[in-house]
Amino acid sequence: MADLRKIAPLGTAVLLLAGCRQDMHNQPRFKPLAKSDFYTDLRSARPPVEGTVARGDLRADSYLYSGMIPGSDTPGEYMPFPVNEEVLARGRERFNIYCTPCHSRLGDGNGIVPTRGFARKPPSFHIDRLRKAPLGHFFDIITHGFGIMPDYAAQIAPKDRWAIVAYIRALQLSQNASADQIPRGQAMPSPMPKFRGDPGSGATLPESAAPSKAQPEEPK
Amino acid sequence: MAQIFHRSTNTISRATIFGAVFIVAFLFWAAAQVQRSPYVTYAGVVRPQPVPFSHQHHVAGLGIDCRYCHTSVEESRFAGIPPTKTCMNCHAQVWTKASLLEPVRESLRTDKSLVWTRVNDLPDFVYFDHSIHIHKGVGCDTCHGPVDRMPMMYNYGSLLMEWCLNCHRAPEKNLRPREQVFNMRYQQPSSDNPVLLDGRSFSDQDSLGTYLVTKYKVRTVADITSCDTCHR
Repeated sequence: MADLRKIAPLGTAVLLLAGCRQDMHNQPRFKPLAKSDFYTDLRSARPPVEGTVARGDLRADSYLYSGMIPGSDTPGEYMPFPVNEEVLARGRERFNIYCTPCHSRLGDGNGIVPTRGFARKPPSFHIDRLRKAPLGHFFDIITHGFGIMPDYAAQIAPKDRWAIVAYIRALQLSQNASADQIPRGQAMPSPMPKFRGDPGSGATLPESAAPSKAQPEEPK
Repeated sequence: MAQIFHRSTNTISRATIFGAVFIVAFLFWAAAQVQRSPYVTYAGVVRPQPVPFSHQHHVAGLGIDCRYCHTSVEESRFAGIPPTKTCMNCHAQVWTKASLLEPVRESLRTDKSLVWTRVNDLPDFVYFDHSIHIHKGVGCDTCHGPVDRMPMMYNYGSLLMEWCLNCHRAPEKNLRPREQVFNMRYQQPSSDNPVLLDGRSFSDQDSLGTYLVTKYKVRTVADITSCDTCHR
């Protein structure tokens, strides 16, 4: 009997600890991107077999996926689907997520990341060469990259890339519009303030707001 | 014959019989507190990572949107952990010699995944979907906390069921306009700082939340607190 008295608390403790197992919390299935000991590369997420076509991803419309006029290497100057306000709003949203770190919200190439040590900053979208570049050219660069710009094929879906392209064109128009291009009834935007130095290149201030010697002195 | 027990034993035995209720109650209370403590939930506890990635630097310092890296957060359950290529989008150019980033470069060279420590780990018997929360106007920082002020990642909430239910029982207390979901410094409307939406001005969370529940067609509290909403 003395033995049983010694064993009983130990047995109770073992039973209580058994309640601490986490089998339901960590079930034998994979969460996304979880580690797998089965495959040699330790990844549970498997790449699709080569030649796999996902549902809705047949890519029969080659222009939508390449920006090149079918049967040629020439970038096209038309959108694969009609552009409306919704597409432009989507383009602005995607542009502001994926492009602004380098190209800036204005598209002038003065984003913050290149200032941290890039060999050179991206060109402004408002230079003559890029204003004349066809839409398919921009799509191609987002898809395949250009120079030190990496490709964004994995991060941005093709339709979103086109929406961004449409928004880039809108940005270009916005920076090169004249007064007579403003539709009737729309408010005339106020003239852009003059900046000291390149806009967006750092601590640039509008000239009117910058403290200067011309400030009126306090009346005495 | 001498007494076996001292006279004080009477008092002690009465006190302990009566006090047992409190002792047992205390034990239950203590167990519950341990379950809610960071010792069990890891809330606010920084976990070691292969690379000391700072959300504070990338989000607040550089202004990079959450979705630049967490690309699938709007369309799927899983927000997405970026592949090494996403890191190299910038780090092929900046901090290319930094020893802190050597594991990243090694991952690119050898095509082996970086093994991050999962921070927000729900139990496997819970169904959770990021996309639905985003589309109904739940901000990132409502659950993840001030990520733009986290040099190292930790889970903000306890991830306990009561923590989920706090919001599911009264969703209108936390909803915000969809356009503000990824804004890490969003503030709930006040009379000084109203939220403008659909041509209306909301100066308190009650009116905005009630409006958004209808606008975004958030299901009834009975629906979203039903067991099979999360345990399916």
